[in-house]
Amino acid sequence: MTWVAVAVAGVSCYLLKLAGMSLPPAVLAHPVVRRVADLIPVALLASLIAVQVFTSGSTLTLDARLAGLAFAVVALVLRAPFLVVVFGAALTAALVRLL
Amino acid sequence: MPTPSPTTDGGPPWRSALVRDSWGVGIATGVYGVSFGAISVAAGLSVLQTCALSLVMFTGASQFAFVGVVAAGASPWSAALTATLLGTRNTLYGLKLAPTLGLKGQRRWLAAHLVIDESTAMAVTRDTPEQARVGFWHTGGSIFLLWNLATLVGAVAGDHIGDPRVYGLDAAVGAAFLALLWPRLASRSNQAIGLLAAVVALGLAPFTGAGVPVLAAGGVALLAGLLRPAAPDGPGAVR
Repeated sequence: MTWVAVAVAGVSCYLLKLAGMSLPPAVLAHPVVRRVADLIPVALLASLIAVQVFTSGSTLTLDARLAGLAFAVVALVLRAPFLVVVFGAALTAALVRLL
Repeated sequence: MPTPSPTTDGGPPWRSALVRDSWGVGIATGVYGVSFGAISVAAGLSVLQTCALSLVMFTGASQFAFVGVVAAGASPWSAALTATLLGTRNTLYGLKLAPTLGLKGQRRWLAAHLVIDESTAMAVTRDTPEQARVGFWHTGGSIFLLWNLATLVGAVAGDHIGDPRVYGLDAAVGAAFLALLWPRLASRSNQAIGLLAAVVALGLAPFTGAGVPVLAAGGVALLAGLLRPAAPDGPGAVR
């Protein structure tokens, strides 16, 4: 089933790109379209962060992942590259678990 | 910064500099496919499924979302829905790019696959359509090549290291999402929407199946944003 979901999601994402290249540009002029397009990534990414860092299954938890996220915040404030943010967060969480 | 030689490839003087910049963006972006590959196999996807996501989906935030939702224990279908919703911004990019690139037929079908954050950014900031085309194809093409190679490297490496929690790879997912969200947090209204979405997701998490909190929070935050009058952002725009 995972394979079917991978294929469906992959093709859907491609069709969304193709739609943009094919639709009349006037669609972009609508302010609601612009606002929705701006908000969807913000809302989804923020809730993904919350679920990834603060839940285990259906339980709210605080563990080493919080230390990883804290590292990420500091790294982003310091304008570190993406790989430093991501693997630095992993390393931080791993070190906290060793303590 | 070295001065580009105007005669090296016979093209106009701006060309070699733009190609070099595009590949610079391509290399910087492409290599973080390593983190996607590693995180994806840690989430339980196979190496082949991981590589298929990079080849077919080819849009980073959606790919991270797909594996993140799977890692949280949700069905692959909520993963697919979340990834697709995140992919909607590429439609807007395509709308912006289409008139500049002016492509028809098969080239448009090919170009559509390369419509992502970075290729759009490297194209829409150019002065002429010709420069936009060079920026788009070289940035999109170099990222596609390197992102897929890096995904394979990360997935194979991730497959061999054993329990991903020992290396903190479960914490890497949240950090990746934060890095993707960060540039979008410039405005106060976006900060408020992000916070609302996070709170709603955590509020729902104990009571719903995995995957539901993310989609529901996305919906609630979206609604809240739409119901607000489109007031200008900034400290003065308090209502």
